[in-house]
Amino acid sequence: MLGVIWFLLWGVLWAVYFMLDGSDLGLGTVMPALAKNDTERKLVYRSMGPFWDGNEVWLITAGGVTFAAFPATYAVLFSGLYTPLMLILFALILRGVTFAFRGKVDDPKWRQIWDLCLVLGSFLPALLFGVAFANLFKGLPIDGEGIYQGTLITLLNPYGIAGGLLFVSIFAMHGSLWLTTKTDGDLQERAGALAKKIWPVVLILAVIFLLATQRVTNLYDNYQANPVLFMIPLVAVFALLSTRFLMAMSAWWKAWISSALTITSTVLFGVVGLFPNLIPSSLDPKFSMTVTNSSSSPLTLKIMLAVALTFVPLVIAYQVWVHYLFKDKLADDEVAYEETH
Amino acid sequence: MDVLLLSRLQFAAATFFHFLFVPLTLGLSVLIAIMETIYVKTGDEDYLRAAKFWGKIFLVNFAVGVVTGITLEFQFGTNWSRYSRYVGDIFGSLLAIEATLAFFLESTFLAVWAFGWKRLSPKAHAACIWLVAIASNLSAVWILIANAWMQHPVGYVLRNGRAELDNFLAVVTQPFAWQIFFHTISGAYILAGFVVMGISAYHLLRKQHIEFFTKSFRMGLALALIFSFGELIQGHIHASEVAKLQPTKLAAMEALWETQTNAPQTLFHIPDEKNERNWLEIGKIPGLLSLLAYHDVNAEVKGLKAFPREDRPPVMPTFIAFRVMVALGFLFALLTLIGVFKRHKLVDSPLYLKVMLWSIPLPYIALQAGWMVTEVGRQPWIVYNVMRTRDAVSPLATSQVGISLAAFLVVYGILGVIAFSLMRRFAIAGPEPVPVRKREV
Repeated sequence: MLGVIWFLLWGVLWAVYFMLDGSDLGLGTVMPALAKNDTERKLVYRSMGPFWDGNEVWLITAGGVTFAAFPATYAVLFSGLYTPLMLILFALILRGVTFAFRGKVDDPKWRQIWDLCLVLGSFLPALLFGVAFANLFKGLPIDGEGIYQGTLITLLNPYGIAGGLLFVSIFAMHGSLWLTTKTDGDLQERAGALAKKIWPVVLILAVIFLLATQRVTNLYDNYQANPVLFMIPLVAVFALLSTRFLMAMSAWWKAWISSALTITSTVLFGVVGLFPNLIPSSLDPKFSMTVTNSSSSPLTLKIMLAVALTFVPLVIAYQVWVHYLFKDKLADDEVAYEETH
Repeated sequence: MDVLLLSRLQFAAATFFHFLFVPLTLGLSVLIAIMETIYVKTGDEDYLRAAKFWGKIFLVNFAVGVVTGITLEFQFGTNWSRYSRYVGDIFGSLLAIEATLAFFLESTFLAVWAFGWKRLSPKAHAACIWLVAIASNLSAVWILIANAWMQHPVGYVLRNGRAELDNFLAVVTQPFAWQIFFHTISGAYILAGFVVMGISAYHLLRKQHIEFFTKSFRMGLALALIFSFGELIQGHIHASEVAKLQPTKLAAMEALWETQTNAPQTLFHIPDEKNERNWLEIGKIPGLLSLLAYHDVNAEVKGLKAFPREDRPPVMPTFIAFRVMVALGFLFALLTLIGVFKRHKLVDSPLYLKVMLWSIPLPYIALQAGWMVTEVGRQPWIVYNVMRTRDAVSPLATSQVGISLAAFLVVYGILGVIAFSLMRRFAIAGPEPVPVRKREV
């Protein structure tokens, strides 16, 4: 039972991470298409400034929880996906320091370099997380010792790439919507228009992905055994459709929330389909890492649960407060003021 | 080179680099919080300018600390998967708790502090930096509890082919963990104090912003003074705990080969690991090592030869790092003590100011040396007497780790140069001119 609770929390943590940082990763990826001059680029950075780091902690927590609740899975997953994880890591490092370094020197060349780092540092994690999760849904070639019998190329199969592209496109839409909530005028219009343009791409990729999932993975087994669970992919589809509808009404905040719901329910769709596996083995089902064979001791799970139930609501409360505090649209003079501080 | 060695080098490089930034974060956040509180209480604008001036340096430093911290968490899984699997039940949960309790708080409120000057009342704004200071120190608590468990594992049972948690309270309350915490945190506060004093000295030497930097210097001095002297006492207590719990580490720290009662403290000697002896031993003080380690001149101190070769840590690095750390520790106490007498005539003491300016790197060296004693001295164990480092490494290809290590060295090297030059630039530029722009609340 404890294992099941932690499996769900594990999935929720990843979903929340993608929902929050998906905005930043997506906006970073499309920044060159949206911001036409330095003032606009500053607004793009500033729209993420107070949030990206707090968002990224959800990744650290998701990683930490994998380590704490399912140590064997953590060991197999992180060592098996060594190269893509290292790439994600370097990308996130570049993205992180970009926020700290870019504004510190008033030189166009300097800023160009960091703008490039932002794009790379946002695009790569979006793509690779998608590739990694799609492969997770499909199963990794892990043997009886938990050793990954593949290479980086193994992951770049059509289904993996479809997952990567789905993540990139949905984050790009999500990030553009984020910018619409923080700006007005030209920049907002451009961001809204881009989100609308990306939406059909997301739709097509989502349909391809859902169909391919049926052929390539066993995710649907849980849904067939328990049809009520079809609610989850239905929510995802409904949320994606309503995102478009809300965009048409220029209800930007609601559109962002709706696309956040799309992301969360898509990730949960995969995670629920995985259960009870955390990493299905594509070599032999008996080599799979599962809730039973990879979880921590009941004592650890209990203590962790107490910590999570106490502190995660608190985290949510103060992060919501931060969103409320910085809810206003950005004004140019404020950006200029902060440049000097 | 094999995967084990490459992974060790990579972990050492990643930790070394991360630990170049974290200690300043720990101490400077507290100093900035105090500065801003003084401003809120007294309305003295100099302290607001001080919070902003040191805050700029802090933000650059913090950012590099944050991004390199993720590497450390990921690396246990990527490079030390057998370790993660074996002890994740305990070690993993401590890291997860650290993230939930501390990282969220730290990252979220630092952003509020950096972006919220106009949106919060002065009191609420000061509260944010206090939360950052508390959270970053709290994260040090959890990470050092985790490290202490590798040094002296408690509260676990070996079951199901791994170490499982048996007594959580024992893990978080073991005195050794708190010794390590106080030792490290004191080092971090000394570093912050010296950085603040050093940068202040730069400006005082040039006779610019005299009042401003005299205030900063004195605050740095107070912090460094308290913790330099505290560290001398605490360091001694800590070392005697090491003697009890990690005798191989103590023997390597002192390069003591033979087990002996009334063990002497040698003032100068050079270990010869191959022949299991020391060259050139100068100034043996009989019984002093026994006295220091066990508070009894006749106590028996175990020598390295009492342990099989395969259970001994590398002697030379442990021995040298320990001496460097201790010597610098005494120097910090001396320099801060001189500061007490010079504090009212800083501008008239150019020699002292010059010494303090050039002392900025010293606490960095001391902290890294201390870290080396802890980690190299723990070898060949990853968890002392429970798991060997060589059994902990991931099943990876040499090329994978070779490439990632090279990438770390390049990326971190560049980041390090940029971060320190930005901090240097802000330090030299000095505070914004008075009067500061009126803040709108």
